[in-house]
Amino acid sequence: MAEVPIEHGLLLAAVLFLLGLIGVMVRRNIIFILLCLEIMLNAAGLAFIVAGSRWGQPDGQVMFLFILTVTAAEVSVGLALVLHLHHRFKTLDADAMSGMKG
Amino acid sequence: MYSLIWLVPIVPFAGFLLLAFAGRYLPRRAVAIIGPGAVGLSAAVMLLISGQFLAAPPAGYAYEQTLWSWIATGGLEVGFTLYLDPLSVVMGCVITVVGFLIHVYATAYMAEDEGYSKFFAYMNLFVGAMLLLVLGQNLLVLYLGWEGVGLCSYLLIGFWYKKPENGAAAMKAFIVTRIGDVALLIGLFLLVVQFGTLDIPAILAAAPGAWAVGAPAAVAAALLLLGGAVGKSAQLPLQTWLPDAMAGPTPVSALIHAATMVTAGVYLIARLHALFALAPGALLLVGIIGAATLLLAAFSALAQHDLKRILAYSTISQLGYMFLALGVGAWTAALFHFMTHAFFKALLFLGAGAIIHSLRDEQNIFRMGGLRRRLPAVYWTFLAGALALAAAPLITAGFYSKDLILFAAWVSPVGNRWLWGAGLLGAFLTALYTFRMVFLVFHGPERTAPHGRPGPAMTVPLMILALLSLLGGFVETPADLGGVHLFSSFLGHALPGLAAHGSPALEAALQLLSTVAVLGGIALAYQLYLRRREATARWLARPAPDAARRLLLAGWGFDWLYDRLFVRPFVWLATVNKDDSVDAFFRGLARASLLLHGALSRAQTGNLRWYAVGFALGVMALLAIVVFR
Amino acid sequence: MILVLLILNLLLGGGLAWLAGRWSASAARWTALVVTLFELLFVGLLWLRLEPAEGSPWLAGIVADWIPNFSVKLILLMDGVSLLLITLTAVLGVLAVLVSWREIQENVGFYYFNLLCVLAGVIGVFTALDLFLFYVCWELMLIPMFLLIANWGHAHRKAAAIKFFLFTQLSGLLMLVAILGLALTHFQATGAITFDYRALLGTAPGSLWLMLGFFVAFAVKLPAFPLHTWLPDAHTEAPTAGSLLLAGLLLKTGAYGLIRFILPLFPEAAAAFAPIAMTLGVIGILYGAVLAFAQTDFKRMVAYTSVSHLGFVLLAVFAMNLLALQGAVVQMLAHGFSTGALFVLAGALQERLHTRDLRRMGGLWTLMPRMGAVALFFAMAALGLPGLGNFVAEFLILLGAYRANMPLAALAAVGLVFATIYALWLLQRAFYGPVASEGAPRDLRPRETLIFAVMMAALLWLGLFPQPVLDAAAPALHRVPGVSLHVGAYVRGPRSPARVRESAHSVARPETAPLAEHVRNGDGSVWGDAKAGRGEAPAPWGRAGTGTSTIDDRRGGAR
Repeated sequence: MAEVPIEHGLLLAAVLFLLGLIGVMVRRNIIFILLCLEIMLNAAGLAFIVAGSRWGQPDGQVMFLFILTVTAAEVSVGLALVLHLHHRFKTLDADAMSGMKG
Repeated sequence: MYSLIWLVPIVPFAGFLLLAFAGRYLPRRAVAIIGPGAVGLSAAVMLLISGQFLAAPPAGYAYEQTLWSWIATGGLEVGFTLYLDPLSVVMGCVITVVGFLIHVYATAYMAEDEGYSKFFAYMNLFVGAMLLLVLGQNLLVLYLGWEGVGLCSYLLIGFWYKKPENGAAAMKAFIVTRIGDVALLIGLFLLVVQFGTLDIPAILAAAPGAWAVGAPAAVAAALLLLGGAVGKSAQLPLQTWLPDAMAGPTPVSALIHAATMVTAGVYLIARLHALFALAPGALLLVGIIGAATLLLAAFSALAQHDLKRILAYSTISQLGYMFLALGVGAWTAALFHFMTHAFFKALLFLGAGAIIHSLRDEQNIFRMGGLRRRLPAVYWTFLAGALALAAAPLITAGFYSKDLILFAAWVSPVGNRWLWGAGLLGAFLTALYTFRMVFLVFHGPERTAPHGRPGPAMTVPLMILALLSLLGGFVETPADLGGVHLFSSFLGHALPGLAAHGSPALEAALQLLSTVAVLGGIALAYQLYLRRREATARWLARPAPDAARRLLLAGWGFDWLYDRLFVRPFVWLATVNKDDSVDAFFRGLARASLLLHGALSRAQTGNLRWYAVGFALGVMALLAIVVFR
Repeated sequence: MILVLLILNLLLGGGLAWLAGRWSASAARWTALVVTLFELLFVGLLWLRLEPAEGSPWLAGIVADWIPNFSVKLILLMDGVSLLLITLTAVLGVLAVLVSWREIQENVGFYYFNLLCVLAGVIGVFTALDLFLFYVCWELMLIPMFLLIANWGHAHRKAAAIKFFLFTQLSGLLMLVAILGLALTHFQATGAITFDYRALLGTAPGSLWLMLGFFVAFAVKLPAFPLHTWLPDAHTEAPTAGSLLLAGLLLKTGAYGLIRFILPLFPEAAAAFAPIAMTLGVIGILYGAVLAFAQTDFKRMVAYTSVSHLGFVLLAVFAMNLLALQGAVVQMLAHGFSTGALFVLAGALQERLHTRDLRRMGGLWTLMPRMGAVALFFAMAALGLPGLGNFVAEFLILLGAYRANMPLAALAAVGLVFATIYALWLLQRAFYGPVASEGAPRDLRPRETLIFAVMMAALLWLGLFPQPVLDAAAPALHRVPGVSLHVGAYVRGPRSPARVRESAHSVARPETAPLAEHVRNGDGSVWGDAKAGRGEAPAPWGRAGTGTSTIDDRRGGAR
């Protein structure tokens, strides 16, 4: 099996991460913000796996499993919060929820 | 017998406590017994002790009684100690006897006042404090009495406290004398540091050995003590409080502001004569202050129209005589004049009080007149006092004491002709203003009708004081008029006598000169204020004399000057800085942090995506630092 | 042991009062009163059981381990100065409880809990000689005081409480840094960590920075001139008992700290710093007096008089001689009573007239003659009338200061004139003149009369018979290093003229004694000189372990 050069993998991860980051920054719907967060996390995971295969170590995949768990927990908590927020503000617009301003 | 000396100050204090705590529940008759009774008892003990002092004086003419140890630390030991020597005997007797007479007088004078018991409480406190002042063996007990009489003076000047101007006069008296007191206090520090003690006999014994004549430390000590004396005795430049002090009830003016408290400065200098003898410069200054004060005050007395203010300026002037005597080293002459002055000035004030009382609080002499026939008892006693004040020759006590001072000023090695001349001019002015007062008040047409005559409680003290004013001088007469030296030989055990003696011929010549001055003054007063009163009034209405009159009326404008120099700047400084400019710094600090807080909190929008951007930028910045470092 | 009892009594009593307050307000009042009376009783017992140990200034004490890992110990020791201040605390504690009797109507239990905690903290400060423990007590008295002002104060209480807290807390942190620095210095020198005051003596006698850390904390509490501005606000807004405790006790902790820590721990640095500190003291005296004159709020005015009066203490401490220090001790006691009484008076007036504004008062003597007489008494105390405690204090302080620095002492004496001005002006505006307020306010109640009577008696006693106080404080002050003991160059002997004359010749040089000059120069021979000057006086303050264990054994079961 031909090796995918590490640069390609990392580049893909960086592009994914940036896409996610831009999504977090520009989207107003909380659901989409959460989705974009997922993308960013997966980008990080991808970077781990690429690095792991480059050095022939299992650690990268271990870390990806960790990230997967964390993501699952984060998504469940996040969605619960989204439900709660929707219940309270009747909207999913993140900008509407700015009660913490100084 | 001597061991009973503690009773003398304690009894008035006990009277004070009784009246202060129980006064309001006691009937007036009881107050009228307790108040004068306490002072009377004290006077009786004092006289008994003095009698024994004359008959069988203690060893060294001094007796000490330590009541308890007051402060003993760091090498300083101050006992609460009383001291009896000829000087304190003379002072104590005059204070208690005159004080008792004035208390008796006041039972009638104050009879209708609502603060009857309060008045006698304060008066008793005053007598007690004054006795501590003169009986104190060390300077700290003296200072206790010194401030105590200042307090009582304040309380009694402001006795009718509902009028704000009385309160202002009281505050002025306390604050001005306090300025002198601070000088005195610093003088005490100097003495302690120098001698390690405040005991007067020890200081007097050690001073001549420690300091050469004219040593800077001696001069400094003498000047500081003089500061205290000047404040208490209302001499230049701290004399301004005394005329205003007349706001108090008249017995107070008689007791505190004429007979006793204001002479405390004279007492202080006489008591510490050895220090002043070591500081000829300071001593000369005492004489100059005395001469200047006696002239300025006598001129001012000429222009006053308030009966009590005339007497107040006259008191300042007579105190100037005492300072003059001290300044030429004639300690006993000063004390002699203190004694006679206590008699005749108390008499004059009490007489003035009787007049004011029966005229229903009229104090302007130009609205009085012809009282000679309506108030004969007051007239004759007042006349005796006026003669004594004017030093009418041969028959009055004032003549002998003032003559002694003038003689001393001439012959003393530290005296000079200028001081003598000032005294002589002062004698002329004294006679002039005294008889101006007498003629305007008692002679001429009647202007305000008196209501009733004073009762015996008022007239009997007047008569006793009149007798003392006339006869009190015969304890000390000049060589050509009997040469009695009872007073000076008694005081000679405590105070050194005058070094120089003049010939009898010189003495007679000086007496003749002062007699001429006094009689001239009386004659001029007769011309100006009785025979040609209208002409005098017309002349005085012209611009130039009127301006002079107003300057004198205002006491040479010292009040105006001090107001501009001290009072206004102080008040201005205080009001400008009322909100504490130091706090402005801390308030500014608080405001700056609020401002910063506002700026930073503006960045906290509450907008989630905004935070995310900030977060991302921050991470990128960190990464950039790590990567490109 | 009894010192622990003194503190525990107040802390447990405070808790009890809190609990009782849930049941009824008057139960809390009575509990607090009984607790403070017990405290007074214990202090009385302390006076009766006084037997000074040989060569040791400590009259009672306890030394025990607390946090052994950092060798922090529980050291409570008491000498004469502490004893006097503890007595003041106990007396003012009872008075503070009585003062609050009617004024405090809300949350009474918690109020008394805080009050008693402040007292406990103050007693801790006056006895703790482990620096770490001292810092704990310093904070212990701060927080309940903050709560007292913030919860039961007047209109602007929150701001005032926060200002008070910030000033005290920040300066306290500086002190903490200085404490750690001192312990570190000791560690570097000896290899042992300790916070024991007795062990730290002589560790860094010349360290200006460490001294300043302590000085700032104490100067804020005192309060000294540029750091005084929290005081008027805190006093004005605090409830009456709060002002009483603040003026009577908390300010004294600053003065106590100066005497207990600055002079013994840093004698050389203090000597070098003395001219500045004395100048600050004099500025405080004059500045406070002028500002007091300008105020229109009764309590604010009294607060500024505190600044003025405690300027005398600062002056005294850095004059560094026995007379001035004795004066400082007397001043602490006298000021506690005289100024405390003026605050109580302000509280009583506010209760009756519902204002503290002097411009709206006038002629009160007519309406309330007894209160007028009381005000007169305490105004006279404030202006330093001889016969009352403040005079003895100010006389000794000025005398000592004159010995150390003549011009500054003379300037400080001018403060007496200023004091006269503000005291008389207060009387004139509030009590004399025509009646300004309508209504017929009630004259003093028996409870208030009792409070004032105690304070008047105390001031008279201090003024006429100060010797017991001076004697109690003397052994402790004798041991403060760098302090010269005698008044003048002239040493007193038997009073015979011959001797006076003989020794007087040697006096005809400038007043300053050689000893004082050495101290001023920071000369290394200070200690030696001080010992020589002391003559037969006992050895300097013992290092850790000497003398103290005997006390503990004697006092029975200290550990």
